Amino acid sequence: MADDKDVLRDVWFGRIPTCFTLNQDEITEREAEPYYLLLPRVSYLTLVTDKVKKHFLKVMKTEDVEEMWFEYEGTPLKWHYPIGLLFDFHASNTVLPWTITVHFKNFPDSDLLHCQSNSVIEAHFMSSIKEADALKHKSQVINDMQKKDHKQLWMGLQNDKFDQFWAMNRKLMEYPTEEGGFRYIPFRIYQTLSDRPFIQKQFRPVSSDGNAHTLGDLLKEMYPAALPNDGEPKRNQVVIHGIEPLLETPLQWLSEHLSHPDNFLHICVIPIPTD
Amino acid sequence: MPVSRLWAVDVYGRVYSLSTAGQQWELCHDTQMEFKRVTAAQQCCWGIACDNKIYLNVHASDLPVRYQEETYENQRWNPVDGFSERLLPSDRWQWSDVTGLQHQPLDSFQLPSGSWEWEGDWYVDENFEGEPTEKAGWSYAIDFPATYTKDKKWNSCVRRRRWLRYRRYKAMDTWAKIPSQQTSLPDPFSDISCGGWEINEEPRGRLSLWAVSLQGKVWFREGIYHHNPEGSTWEDVPLPGEVVQISCGPGDLIWAVLWEGQFIVREGINRDCPRGTSWAVVDSPSPDVGATHVAVGDNVVWAVTKDNKVWFRRGVNSHNPCGSGWISMIGEMIMVNVGLNDQVWGISSEDRAVYFRQGVTSSELSGKTWKAISVPRDGDRSHSSASTNSLQSAGCYFCGEVRGQSAVSDVESDTEKGSTDEASCLASSVAPESVVDAPTDPSGQPADTPKPRIPKVTSDSFISELVSDREPGKPTRVMGPASPAVLEEEVISGEVEDKAPCVDVVLSPSQCGGPLDPQWSNVDLEEAQNQHAQIAAVLDSTDTCSLSSVATYTLAMEDPYGADEHPLWAWVSGGGCSVDSHSQLNWFNCTMNASMLAQSVQPMSLSVSPALTAAWKRQIFEQLSERTKREMDNFRHYEQAIEQSVWVKKGTMQWWRDWKPHKWVDVHFALEQFSGPEGNKDGILFIYYNFYEEKKYLHAFINEVTILVPVLNDSKHTFAIYTPERTKQRWPMRLAAPTELEMHDWLALLSVSCCDSRGIQGPPSKQAIWSVTCKGDIFVSEPSPNLEAMPYPTPCNQMFWRQVGGHLRSVECNSDGIVWGIGYDHTAWVNTGGYGGGFFQGMASSTDNIYTQTDVKSVCIYENQRWNPVTGYTNRGLPTDRYMWSDASGLHECTKTNSKPPAPQWTWVSEWAVDYSVSGGTDREGWQYAADFPASYHGYKTMKDFVRRRRWARKCKLTTTGPWQEIPPIPLSDVTILPCAAQSSVDVVPLWGISNKGDVLCRLGVTALTPAGSSWLHVGTDQPFKSISIGAASQVWAIARDGSAFYRGSVSPQTPAGDCWYHIPSPTKQKLKQVSVGRTSVYTVDENGNLWYRQGLTPSYPQGSSWEHISNNVRKVSVGPLDQVWIIADKVQGSHSLSCGTVCHRLGVQPMEPKGQSWDYGIGGGWDHVTVRGNSMEPPRVRLPSLTHPSALAPRSPLPARNTEVNGNSVGC
Repeated sequence: MADDKDVLRDVWFGRIPTCFTLNQDEITEREAEPYYLLLPRVSYLTLVTDKVKKHFLKVMKTEDVEEMWFEYEGTPLKWHYPIGLLFDFHASNTVLPWTITVHFKNFPDSDLLHCQSNSVIEAHFMSSIKEADALKHKSQVINDMQKKDHKQLWMGLQNDKFDQFWAMNRKLMEYPTEEGGFRYIPFRIYQTLSDRPFIQKQFRPVSSDGNAHTLGDLLKEMYPAALPNDGEPKRNQVVIHGIEPLLETPLQWLSEHLSHPDNFLHICVIPIPTD
Repeated sequence: MPVSRLWAVDVYGRVYSLSTAGQQWELCHDTQMEFKRVTAAQQCCWGIACDNKIYLNVHASDLPVRYQEETYENQRWNPVDGFSERLLPSDRWQWSDVTGLQHQPLDSFQLPSGSWEWEGDWYVDENFEGEPTEKAGWSYAIDFPATYTKDKKWNSCVRRRRWLRYRRYKAMDTWAKIPSQQTSLPDPFSDISCGGWEINEEPRGRLSLWAVSLQGKVWFREGIYHHNPEGSTWEDVPLPGEVVQISCGPGDLIWAVLWEGQFIVREGINRDCPRGTSWAVVDSPSPDVGATHVAVGDNVVWAVTKDNKVWFRRGVNSHNPCGSGWISMIGEMIMVNVGLNDQVWGISSEDRAVYFRQGVTSSELSGKTWKAISVPRDGDRSHSSASTNSLQSAGCYFCGEVRGQSAVSDVESDTEKGSTDEASCLASSVAPESVVDAPTDPSGQPADTPKPRIPKVTSDSFISELVSDREPGKPTRVMGPASPAVLEEEVISGEVEDKAPCVDVVLSPSQCGGPLDPQWSNVDLEEAQNQHAQIAAVLDSTDTCSLSSVATYTLAMEDPYGADEHPLWAWVSGGGCSVDSHSQLNWFNCTMNASMLAQSVQPMSLSVSPALTAAWKRQIFEQLSERTKREMDNFRHYEQAIEQSVWVKKGTMQWWRDWKPHKWVDVHFALEQFSGPEGNKDGILFIYYNFYEEKKYLHAFINEVTILVPVLNDSKHTFAIYTPERTKQRWPMRLAAPTELEMHDWLALLSVSCCDSRGIQGPPSKQAIWSVTCKGDIFVSEPSPNLEAMPYPTPCNQMFWRQVGGHLRSVECNSDGIVWGIGYDHTAWVNTGGYGGGFFQGMASSTDNIYTQTDVKSVCIYENQRWNPVTGYTNRGLPTDRYMWSDASGLHECTKTNSKPPAPQWTWVSEWAVDYSVSGGTDREGWQYAADFPASYHGYKTMKDFVRRRRWARKCKLTTTGPWQEIPPIPLSDVTILPCAAQSSVDVVPLWGISNKGDVLCRLGVTALTPAGSSWLHVGTDQPFKSISIGAASQVWAIARDGSAFYRGSVSPQTPAGDCWYHIPSPTKQKLKQVSVGRTSVYTVDENGNLWYRQGLTPSYPQGSSWEHISNNVRKVSVGPLDQVWIIADKVQGSHSLSCGTVCHRLGVQPMEPKGQSWDYGIGGGWDHVTVRGNSMEPPRVRLPSLTHPSALAPRSPLPARNTEVNGNSVGC
């Protein structure tokens, strides 16, 4: 029988088969072979692409190499979003493997953050966790942790150590039973047809009359356009980790089980492909 | 926590109960009666109905209440007729009791009341002392009375046989009237309280029931126990005054309220005298305001005074039942009630809601706050308003008739308002009398009693009595008595004095302020003065705090039903309600939605079925596995983005040094984990120690560790690590962590690491082998396919065992994955399919299917005394004697103060008490006598006895978690499940059990989807049993307490309980104690540790022919569905040490050679139980003719200690 713990494992060990190809415009000494890799859905592009970089540098001259960045069908990929989110948001209905173009020139400063080293990713990751805990526990849990505990979270993600990460992360997922959930659910809703990067507001897991809020309740409040009107066919998919949970799924459960390691529930609202 | 019930009566006389797992009051639908008061025990509920008669509601249980009547038929031989019924004039009756003194013809037996029925007709008991007789149950003797034998001899002049007939109590789950005693009960009852079940557990289900009559007399019901739930007679208890109310605790506390407002406390209650001997008087908490109500528990007394103030009595216990002083509590109640575990409920005088006292623990008996129980009643849902409510269920009393009556009640109330008691007392005293006169109807059917007979005045006045609101002149009075709804309001707020005292005034005014024991009242007065300042201080805080309690009430009123539908309660009884401060109750602030949800989930909570998973969760499980297929399955050959690396965890510990002198040395401990070449995880653990200033280390590969065993004791937090090599040595690595928490952290981490290295995750498989240690820890092992292979089985020291949360004494399973366990307190548990629990937190434990589990066991010590001619028995022994307080062996001193619970997680839950249930019997004070220490003890004193001892026991309790759910209510001593897999998951699987009392039970409705089954079917036996086992072909074998075996005939899916028992004599001079039946093999173990195999079993003669001795040194046997034989060996010698209680596997068992050849030794040192009945995995067939010869097996040496161990005492680790 499937257990809730299995969901955590499935989420953690989710992989996206990816084909990295070098941008046509890069100057190479010989033709660059594409590079195939299984990317962890919950990690960050720049954290897991050392091998990709090494592979392409073999065919390039050092003076032609600037900061590496990635692009999919013309869209620069934000490394500070989890990989699974990038895939779901940009490429969820395409044929696998996911083909990503690798650039070493013309870094799009307007679209992307620079990422010179892993410490930048670590800082970003830890600040997300802290922000999430501020919403969940008024930062009480994360502040009670020691420096080495923070490090354990990060090392768990960096080295793909599920047990190491969850030994610590489960403390962040606890809440007083009498309250029925976190203070607020840390979530972000991403939408294709908007200038805003995402929706993030305060939303409680339990309604004022004591009922558990569901994914549907959240969307109704935050992004009603994502839901179909009565009688109309569904226009949008609500995707988390590549799956479409039912709208009646309790939000608190989702937050505990389908959050990314950064402790946020990243929800993609994407239009159903018309063809 | 078992589900139990809180009982309450609302102001309309309707009885409701609230389940500890439930979220709504359930109306007791059975009754058309209205009740005044109820008092509950766990097995039943007593009540006083509006006819002032006492009714009993015995809760239906799987174990029927059946009583065996017996009588003897006696015959004498004469030369003419042979044996005939013609006896000598000096002989006993032809039909008599066992002694021959009582004339007992068959037709003299009558059912005691209408609540009983005969199960069948009289039949002859064909067994004599556990063995079948040849001729119609006759046993023979030379003369009456003499020694009877089953064989007829030349000099047998008389014979007798026993006739049996069972009667069954049929009035389950319904209110049955207790037949009134013709003569001695002149006046009706006004109060009732039951308890006392902790004083003496023999006979089973014994209860003390105390009742108060309207005249203020107190009555004690004699003879209530399981087989006689109604009791036999009422006994008058002499009193120093007139009582208005009485309360009896689960133990020996009994307090009553005198109508003058003082209390009387019963003294001299003990095991042999549950009625007690005398009364002591305790004054009311406040000198001016008399007490109206008292409630007692195990160690607490709560009281309510006329001004509705609540009081708690300090310092109450068995030795000082009067306590030492009163403490004023917050809250105003009309009554309070104390239930099990000293938990307290009350009914507020303000809103008449039932309140639960939160935070009552054994260290803080007075609790913290009152919390209102706000759950709907089941009637609330179907009826939209209060008035329809009353029309529906109480209409027959209140609508037509009451309307005309309202004038009377108005008059009554008005008179009372005038503060003279006379009129109202007269008015109300008329009421009960009229009831007394009325029920002369002999039919005694509760259903048709009330309606025609109850005069209107009665129903009204009894409500007034229930509703003893003390605030005069409430505004509701101005409402006209026009509509029933309004009338109810009016009645509720009507100001009425307690009726019972009023009656007293009228009937026996001379006894007003009856003589009190001056000594006692003096003592208490003094105390009251001392306390005065203290109470005043408390009162201050009461005032301020009452503000907050008012606020609480207002909140409670905000429930969705509005004020007019708020239930108004008159009485509550928690005597059957088992909650404690840890219980999770859903009684507070629940909304309609939540309660409906709970209702729909509740009945299914025991069945472990995937169908229960919510649709949204199923969707997530399904989509995640689809996602894996879509995104990963075709791309497994891709490279992983992140390479695995090493991860190390370090700590400090102490290590029990492997070489002599053995001692604890400080070490550094480290676990290095890494990914193996195929991506599987592995690790090494290191123990770094100093040896003569030199740093050295010891290591073990995680994939070689076979088991991690926690060995918590009160001095160190230790655990043992075994590998196959160390199992052979019988010498594990022993480590001690600095704290319990660290030990659990390490154990959890190491356990996950071991499981990872072996690719084990999730719940145990259906084939799993389960075992239990003497500490109650549960382990499970996944059998390899080669475990039963021939000729090279997997050695059983290589089996990997992982721990499962929970605490059990034994566990049984089958290959459908149905697993049952029995705790030390004999509670039955079913495995929920989860894993982890206990100290396995986080990832090593499943989220679902883990529940709280408790277990209770007794710690026993012995008090030893020696006789000397001057002083008799004293605690002065000879210099050579054992300690005067010792363990059973006498070698270790164990006093009441220095004895501790077995491990830190255990807490005491009782005081030391004399244990009378010692084998060999005891005298009335629990002593056993012997000529000298150590010798065989007997329960009576003879001239030759110079020493005596008695056993003291103290109960301790463990609370842990694990994948187990309780199967109430019958405690079990053994259980067995048909070992083979059923054809489908809905097929019923036979499961048999033996109750704690020795009854044989057959569980109905057990399937792979509903492993808990539905109910017990009782299988009749003529003597108590202790062990049972069912084989793959439904062969049921059992062992009786007298040590003989029985085979149950005709068990089949159509007749799951079979038809009759066939007696199988035990091996010569041996008493059997346990049986296990596999596919065809039947093995038993006797009390001397011998293992026996049943010869000559054939389908046509399933009883077999004889017992063949297989081995000694055996404590327990488990035979599996492949006829594989596993045992717990008593002692096994290893290369370094000896282990007691070891799992062993019989080698060389084959279809043609079911007895096997030799033993293979597995994990050991403190193992108590193993079951292989889940492992039906046929080993791969290897045909190597040259190797199947026994000599090629190279078995280990035969059992060591073979000759030394005749008396297979179990030796704990």
